[in-house]
Amino acid sequence: MSSPREAVANGAAGAAVLAAGLGCFALGLLAVAGDGSKAVARLLTFYRPTGPLSGVSTIAILLWLAAWIAGNRLWRGKTVAIGKVSGVAFVLLALGLLLTFPPFEDLLLGK
Amino acid sequence: MQMTWREIVTAIHGMLFGGFFLMACFGVLVLLHRSFGARGNSEVTDQGRRRERIFLIVMVMLGWAAVLSGAYIVYPWYRAAVPPGVTNLELYPQRLLMSDPHTAGWHTLGMEWKEHVAWMAPMLMTMVAWVMMKYEDAGEEHRRLRAMVSGFALAAFLAGGVAAEFGAWINKKAPVTGGPVITLSQDGK
Repeated sequence: MSSPREAVANGAAGAAVLAAGLGCFALGLLAVAGDGSKAVARLLTFYRPTGPLSGVSTIAILLWLAAWIAGNRLWRGKTVAIGKVSGVAFVLLALGLLLTFPPFEDLLLGK
Repeated sequence: MQMTWREIVTAIHGMLFGGFFLMACFGVLVLLHRSFGARGNSEVTDQGRRRERIFLIVMVMLGWAAVLSGAYIVYPWYRAAVPPGVTNLELYPQRLLMSDPHTAGWHTLGMEWKEHVAWMAPMLMTMVAWVMMKYEDAGEEHRRLRAMVSGFALAAFLAGGVAAEFGAWINKKAPVTGGPVITLSQDGK
């Protein structure tokens, strides 16, 4: 039976939030990598009809889930500085959003 | 009244999965907003919580159905390569858009952004739904966590909105069409 303190331990929430931020950042990073290099785009083409998007999304989802599982094992039942964790996750999300925005991507790749 | 198979599937992807997902995201934002002024979740009955859980699970399923059907069914039709000798680009929406400098931006900005940003919406809403369900009994901590995830829910709603808006416009400029023709009703009836 869990103690009252454990019942409100926010570590699992922190892990979920941070993993989501990481997943979004990975998505943006992979999108830029695929757009910037034909070799990377070929590597990311897991399913030819969908093209590099298949690899970008699959890898980002796998990284997100792996980070979530690992974070959950590490922080489950613990109390973390949720404000700081969500702040980091939000910065990662913002970077991910920015990286998927084509004009920013083009700027980054010097197109 | 007829539709092609590809038009029907595109409508299911965008209007059923995507549209209902966005509406559900808005519902979650309202739920989260309401909880800012509430103490914990104690005023919700067991049946209310069960319904909330079903709502959240259905929302997450709709989000994943939208991106998966988009990426693996509709998008291949959109980006299909034009066979040599074919000059009518009606069945090749990406090529059709790129063939005219006045419409190329719908692909280079619209689709290029949509195809990636869309994935963030179900990813974020899965996390939001999980946190809402996991901590529904955690009283004051629950209220704090709901406030925290509301920012991510808003980001997911905006990401999904960008994807939906561009999807609708792109399909208006260069519709995904083709495949067997399905007659929905006879003309004039």
